Amino acid sequence: MTHAKSAENAAPQDDRPPAAITVRIQLEDFDTAREIERLSETGANVGAVVSFTGLCRDENGRLSALELEHYPGMAEAEIGRIARDAAARWPITGLTAIHRHGRIAPGENIVLVVAASRHRAAAFQAADFLMDYLKTRAPFWKKEHLRDGGSGGWVDAREADTRAADRWSR
Amino acid sequence: MQLRYFAWVRERIGRDAETVEVPDTVATVGALIDWLSARDEAYAGAFAERDAIKVALDQEHVDHEAPLNGAREAAFFPPMTGG
Repeated sequence: MTHAKSAENAAPQDDRPPAAITVRIQLEDFDTAREIERLSETGANVGAVVSFTGLCRDENGRLSALELEHYPGMAEAEIGRIARDAAARWPITGLTAIHRHGRIAPGENIVLVVAASRHRAAAFQAADFLMDYLKTRAPFWKKEHLRDGGSGGWVDAREADTRAADRWSR
Repeated sequence: MQLRYFAWVRERIGRDAETVEVPDTVATVGALIDWLSARDEAYAGAFAERDAIKVALDQEHVDHEAPLNGAREAAFFPPMTGG
């Protein structure tokens, strides 16, 4: 099942064209190469494309899967808000965020962020910012499934993630 | 008002959503948590770690001091662990 795709445009700052923002929350896997290509093709003024892919770890053989619960509607809305913030802070031409939900096995993709801009600094920073805020503000929760068949319980939020997000507001 | 629960809050309460008539005297998010906690032990247990409870009104993050202001939907959940 795929939730509705929302493609929104950030408010243009000065004379820049608005950034092309795409947010998708989906059960199925995504194609990282295709998403990078899509943002690379948005115009001849794109000089840098940065991507981050978050994968499911097996925690040294302990986990058989992660179950990702999410708040439908708010997940799309919140990531859209963070993406528009990023587009207002850096001169990016495009920003794509895709987050999966449901049961995800070790080695599989969980999240993808792609940022495109004229120069690399804006793309690196926008991608970093989006990931930091996504981890602490997007309504997703991970539950562990253990290899021995049991449930490992809910993953605790990490203080380091909160600090990483806080550094952008200093 | 429509209430929604996620992750371990949902598991402790034993349901993922419900509709409730909130009395007029319950004006803030914190007061709503107190009111729900007084219902029974499942709610009291779910909301016992008060600082760990995050809240959204109409799908936007708010703090516990926020007024309900006629919100249609309130959601309660632990700190987020996506990404």
